[in-house]
Amino acid sequence: MPYIKKGEVADDPYVRLGGDEPVPTDVPAIVSLEWLLAQAPQSLDSRNVPLGVALPNDKAESLLEPYLPRLSLVALDFPIYRDGRAFTQARRLREAYGFTGEIRASGDVLRDQFLFMVRSGFDAFEVRKDHDAKAFAKALREFSGFYQPSLARDGGFRFRFSPPFSTASKEGESDG
Amino acid sequence: MYVYDEFDRTFIAERAEQFRDQVARRLSGELTEDEFKPLRLMNGVYLQLHAYMLRVAIPYGTLSSTQLRKIAEVGRVYDKGYGHFTTRQNIQFNWIKLSDMPDVLESLAEAGLHAIQTSGNCIRNITTDQWAGVAPDEIEDPRFWAEVLRQWSSLHPEFTFLPRKFKIAIAATPHDRAAIKVHDIGLRLVRNDAGEVGFEVLVGGGLGRSPFLGKFLRDFVPREHLISYLEAILRTYNAHGRRDNIYKARIKILVHEIGVEKLKADVEKEWERIRDGYLKLDDAFLADIRSRFVYPEYEPLEDAPEELKRALAADARFATWHANSVARHREPGYGIVTVSLKPIGKPPGDATSGQLDALADLADTYSAGEIRVGHEQNLALPHVRQKDLYALWRKLDAAGLATPNVNLISDMITCPGLDYCSLANARSIPIATAIAERFADLDKARSVGRLHVNISGCINACGHHHVGHIGILGVEKNDREFYQITLGGKADEDARFGDLLGPAIPYDEVTDTIERIVNRYLDLRQSESELFIDTVKRLGVEPFKEALHAVH
Repeated sequence: MPYIKKGEVADDPYVRLGGDEPVPTDVPAIVSLEWLLAQAPQSLDSRNVPLGVALPNDKAESLLEPYLPRLSLVALDFPIYRDGRAFTQARRLREAYGFTGEIRASGDVLRDQFLFMVRSGFDAFEVRKDHDAKAFAKALREFSGFYQPSLARDGGFRFRFSPPFSTASKEGESDG
Repeated sequence: MYVYDEFDRTFIAERAEQFRDQVARRLSGELTEDEFKPLRLMNGVYLQLHAYMLRVAIPYGTLSSTQLRKIAEVGRVYDKGYGHFTTRQNIQFNWIKLSDMPDVLESLAEAGLHAIQTSGNCIRNITTDQWAGVAPDEIEDPRFWAEVLRQWSSLHPEFTFLPRKFKIAIAATPHDRAAIKVHDIGLRLVRNDAGEVGFEVLVGGGLGRSPFLGKFLRDFVPREHLISYLEAILRTYNAHGRRDNIYKARIKILVHEIGVEKLKADVEKEWERIRDGYLKLDDAFLADIRSRFVYPEYEPLEDAPEELKRALAADARFATWHANSVARHREPGYGIVTVSLKPIGKPPGDATSGQLDALADLADTYSAGEIRVGHEQNLALPHVRQKDLYALWRKLDAAGLATPNVNLISDMITCPGLDYCSLANARSIPIATAIAERFADLDKARSVGRLHVNISGCINACGHHHVGHIGILGVEKNDREFYQITLGGKADEDARFGDLLGPAIPYDEVTDTIERIVNRYLDLRQSESELFIDTVKRLGVEPFKEALHAVH
């Protein structure tokens, strides 16, 4: 399954662990939420390779709050692509908790969601189909601007009204 | 009119182009039908009984004559020469080929029209009063706020894959013409004690198989916080709305299950976090949108000019139409003309391309080039000089657009039903036409007075049967079409659902039964000024039950 990071297909440095597997201390790993919640947050301080967690989409991102400074990645799930709960989880992780690590989309991740995902704060993608992964950059260029302001400025998107919701920073935009 | 700028035009054109690519990927097999379905739905494309159907948005019910001609052209070139106006300020074309869809959307985009979010589990076309901007008693033009919400909701990154569809309506007058109590969110423009404009917010209204009236969520949201407050509601719904059962996925079920107080607590908590952040609307933003609404330059005129008085005295048919179809305008000397799309014997809400072209021309001559679409499936010309009314009427009459039955029994709200819709259990349109023909004598219909008959061909309630003064719901029993009848529903500021009259009746009995109900009302009413709905309110459904007894 192709993995996209920084807009390009890349090698996934993480191993993803099931519920019962021992957590390796020498390679980056994505652990289950159950495993994480069973650890005291401070006990993770001694770990010196990146740690990520897979958050199911029916669990509140607030559960992660005490762990977030020690996490380098949160993987969010799309069990079917019509199920959009992870968009809210990603947005809240970025905006309510200020999480700056990787937010990865996993599960039923298809091309026509890429734009919504990037704008909601996702920056890494486990893509189901090879040709969707190849079309990633193209999918992000389908619009030259959006109406809603957003804090996800990494895509270099142009907004009708930049944050704050105002006309203040429209300089240089052809707004006829 | 709201005048789209370069940004809006580019956005709509790029959305059409994106959909062209999605259709190409579907036709090449790259996308499965399961993968394509949510994509086509969020662009208004349904697969119906006979063909694909395209639902085009008419944001807040306002069209220019240029846009109306474009709609007429699409009907003529790609459909069978007509379109069907819905209850949510959209128009549907029933016979468009999937392979033609991209060209249709590109053509619509040339006139600033689109099908963005007219279906799918996203925030739908924002609706409001068809008399917005011209009604005499509104707080301010609600279309301005509907446009703010159009921009906010279009391809929203977070709220495009919601548990279920999400409908928002705005009212700005004490009398609610936008049915806000039966929307997922109903907004009412209000002024607080300090004279500031804001919104009263209702949540969780809706029809369908589990009808609920919207519940009161907040009495006043200051206008600069409208977007952040709506984001807080949508975010709570996206996270907690049910996804295990399509019939329990609307926000009304979430409200019903957790209670409005719990929802309110969650919403307030999230709102507190974001309300003063980047979603706060500033004056420059609001002024920019406001500046794009262009109003006609009204002439200083007097009400009831001589030309009108003479015509009313001289032509009884005109006087009848005038009394029925012309409403008071905020500017003296002007009127709002409702154009009935319910001619006797035709499907309610349908209009031919020829009629739409004729209306576009009349709008240019008599209504500052503007046309409105209302949820009752009629059109309106919003800026007509009273001295022009007689000339306008003669031309409407010649085009078959002057049926003086607005708000009468033959002015029915009707879904497409089993003639078109893949969800329907029973036909709606033939029921509507049969009832209209029974009351084709307009003197008889007028003697009955205001009476809203709403017809749905299935429990999904697209014909709003719950809120009809008389509601008719098609159901299936042993492969036969049966109809349940309810009495006493209303969709306005005093909204309520109708009460069931009794067991469902077969197709062939519906028209006779409705006539017996109406005759019963004529016997029971205290005076000619007591409307049907008021008689039902006073007496309940019990005295009307004998209308069913002839059947059972």
